[in-house]
Formats: sequence, structure tokens, C-alpha cells
Amino acid sequence: MANILRLLFSILLIRPLILIVLGISGRYRFRLPKKGPAIIVANHNSHLDTLVLMTLFPLTLTNRIRPVAAADYFLKNRFLAWFSLNIMNIIPIQRTGAKKIDDLFAGVHEALANGDIVILYPEGSRGEPEKLQNYKSGIFHLSRGCPDVPIYPTFMHGLGKALPKGDFVLVPFQCHVTVGDPFYWNPQKKEFMRELNNRMEDLANEGDFPPWE
Amino acid sequence: MNDIPQGLLTVFIGIFVVLVVASIITFILTKSKPDKDFTELVLRIKSWWMMAVLFSIAILINRNISILFFAFLSFLALKEYFTLIPTSRSHRLVLFFAYLSIPVQFYWIFINWYGMFIIFIPVYMFLLIPLVLIFIGENKGFLKSVGSVHWGMMMMLFGLSHISFLLVLPPENAAGAGGAGLILYLVVLTQGNDVAQYLWGKMFGRHKVVPKVSPNKTWEGLIGGVATTIALAFLLAPYLTPLSPLHILFSGIIIGVGGFIGDVNISALKRDIGVKDSGTSLPGHGGILDRIDSLTFTAPMFFHFIRYLYF
Repeated sequence: MANILRLLFSILLIRPLILIVLGISGRYRFRLPKKGPAIIVANHNSHLDTLVLMTLFPLTLTNRIRPVAAADYFLKNRFLAWFSLNIMNIIPIQRTGAKKIDDLFAGVHEALANGDIVILYPEGSRGEPEKLQNYKSGIFHLSRGCPDVPIYPTFMHGLGKALPKGDFVLVPFQCHVTVGDPFYWNPQKKEFMRELNNRMEDLANEGDFPPWE
Repeated sequence: MNDIPQGLLTVFIGIFVVLVVASIITFILTKSKPDKDFTELVLRIKSWWMMAVLFSIAILINRNISILFFAFLSFLALKEYFTLIPTSRSHRLVLFFAYLSIPVQFYWIFINWYGMFIIFIPVYMFLLIPLVLIFIGENKGFLKSVGSVHWGMMMMLFGLSHISFLLVLPPENAAGAGGAGLILYLVVLTQGNDVAQYLWGKMFGRHKVVPKVSPNKTWEGLIGGVATTIALAFLLAPYLTPLSPLHILFSGIIIGVGGFIGDVNISALKRDIGVKDSGTSLPGHGGILDRIDSLTFTAPMFFHFIRYLYF
């Protein structure tokens, strides 16, 4: 049942919104994985980010896309929790109070073992619109449990303009998506994080975007 | 789809014959010179096919669908423009009002209220936009925002919406193919003029017209293009318009020269911003603005020309 609802939601709402009201232009979409398990890491500026990433994949993969999301925010009331868990198909994460770091990612590892494609925003929260924040090391700890799963860096621009954090009016802007080549976990934490930062920076620098003050 | 005027049908068939011929020539070129790269040309023709099919559907079914189609075109153009230019976070609400004015402007066309259609953007939105900014209360970049938002609305919304108003002009004066015929005439001449100027410039171009804005535009291209457009005007006008021979000549000149100015106008904008193409929606052409740049000038110019003389 939830699978069908998800598909309908994608066809009737997400895709028209993202493809017609906003419009995507992008580079290297062919680099995206055709099947899981895979981890998509992206910069996070807006609630629209997840909807755009979902739209980049074919409808046949709808039920395979699993955004990792903060439990304290997305499960805060019954309606939002139902919507997040059933329609958006999120993997909830407790940002605070976890005892062991591996318990924290148990849900993610389960999804990956199941062959799902997991979306993760290593910046943690949406932050200032259209500014890259430093990536948190959660992705390093997550990947330690699944070093064979490819990580696809993806850079998005324009969504923080269309619907920034703290704003409720959607203003249409075309968004730009650049997908990078996949890379893998590396036991050297510093090196791994530097690689992630460099790859995201390179993707960001490929685009030439007008200023947004 | 009842009663499509004969003239309209003839010209549409003509358009598709031209596209078929162009596709065949491209196919022969790619086969006979496999060492040369024709990707750009192939993409361009493909996009022309897509645009021709969409445009035919939009024009032939009925008037309301045509109005919706042009409203959507204005939306895409305005969105591409706002994506292209520097904008300010604190002033983003004003862009929302700019988008809202699209359905309103096309509603005036739908109910055939000419007086409101002609002043809504130039007067009322012109007054409303600074008001919205004043209420937002961020003074930094005020002039930049009022200027760039209203300029975009004048071009992509007010200018382009003139095409739709051709549909609601009294049909008894538009002997021939009615408002749809006038639109077809305007659009075919404008796009034909673009192609003709490009080809003439490519073959004989020597003397640049505006080297700093658009180094590819030459006097040879401009003059050859305008002459071709006038010839095409004489060929098409009897099928589509009530124009007399003298007026056909003038309409050809207006569309030829207006198209050139509209084109370099958007070129100047892109130079200022520092991009080559306005977007990526039309493979081989660039963005929507790259394709409709000429129309933003030819539509109001042709509209007022023909309205003054015939309606």
C-alpha cells in the first residue's frame, strides 16, 4: 500500500513540482547508480533537495530511495512522522543520545544490505542557503560498516533560493545538479574527509552561478 | 479542432515539409562527411521538431489552449531570466509577485480587456513592485531589484503576451486565418529571420554591426536576413493575414529589424552577466531566452503595427 502511495505521490506531486515548476538542469546524471546499494551524499540547503534527488532516479527505483533524516525533526508530530516514514520512506537517525555509533547507523546498514540507495546530507542541517558548510564525520563512521558501498558526491544549486530554511513561500528557480564519480571508504579519517570536501568543492566549482546575497 | 482555416493548414504543412527537408539534408551531410562533427546541427534540428510540434498543438486546438501555452512560455522565460541574473535573498518575495502577475496578465487577454492588458504591467506592476520592496524593508540593492525585476517582466511577460492578444482581436477584421494566422505569421517570420540572418552572416559576413555585444552579427547577415524575411512575408501573408502589399513590406522590415534588436538585446544581457547560453532547455539552441529573444521585440512591434492599421 505504502509503495503505491509513494509512486502516486512521486508521479502526481514531486515530479510535476520539480520538473515543471522548478526545472532541473544538470551534468553527468548518467553517473548515478542504476541500482543499490549506493550512498548519495549531497549538500543540503532546502527541503526540496530530497525531492530533486528522488526525481533524478527512474520511477522504477521509487521504493529504493531512502533519505537519512533527523528523527527529532521529522518524527516530531504524528502527521509528519507518518508522512516521513511512509511517503518519503526516510531512515530516521537520533542525532543525540545514541550510546554506540554503530547502533546509530543500524537502520542505514540494513537498508544498504537490502540493496537500497541511501541519501545522506553530511552537512547535518540545511544551514545558510547556497553556502557549503564543512562536512561532519558521520559519513565516515557510517561507511566504516559498509566499505564496499560506493559513495556518489552530488552538488545542487538553486534550491536554497527557491525554498530556503525558515521560509514558506516557494519561488521558482531552475536548479542545477552535478553528479560526481563514486569513491569508497578509506580507513584514514582525515584523508577520507578531505577527499569528500575536495570532490564536493570541485563539483561546486564546475558551475558558474549568479550571486545571491 | 473544427474548421482549421485553409491558409493556416497550408502554412503548417509547409513548415513540416521544410523540417523534413532539413532533416534529410542533415542526414546526408552526416553520412557523406563522417569526419566532421554535426552534433550541434543535429541537436538543433531535433529541437526545432519538438518546438514545431508543440507550437502546432498549441495553435490548432483552440484559443484557450493557445493562451495557456503562451502563459506557460512566459513563465519559463521569466524563470530562466530570474535564474540567470543576480538576485537578493531578502527581496525574493518580489519575484513571487512577478510570477503571480503572469496568470493575471493572461486573464486580461482571456476576457479581451485591452485597456487593462496594455497598462497592467507597465503601470500597476511598476507601482506595486517598489511597494512590495518597501514593505520588505531591506534598502540594500533596492534599485537593482526594482530595475531588474520590472525589466524582466516587461520583456518576458508584457512583451511576449502581445502574441496572445493577437488571438482575441476581432476575427472579422483578420480575414484569412484569424488571430491564429497572425501568430503563425509573426512566429514563422521571426524564427525564419533568425535563421536567415545566421546563414547570410555565415556565408558573406564581413562587417560587424555591434562587435562588442555580438561579434557574430554582420551587416551582410542583417541585410540579407531582412531581405529574406520580406520575401517570406510576401509568400505567407496572403495565406495568413489581411495585409496589403505595402503593409506586407513594412511588416517584413519591422520583424527583420526588430528581431535583430531583440536578439542583441539578450546578447547584451548575457555579456553583462558573463554567460554564453541562457540555459540548457533546448539542446543545440541553449535556453528558452536564446530562442525567444527576437520575439520579445517583434511581438509588441508587429502587434501595434497591425492593430493600428486593421483593428
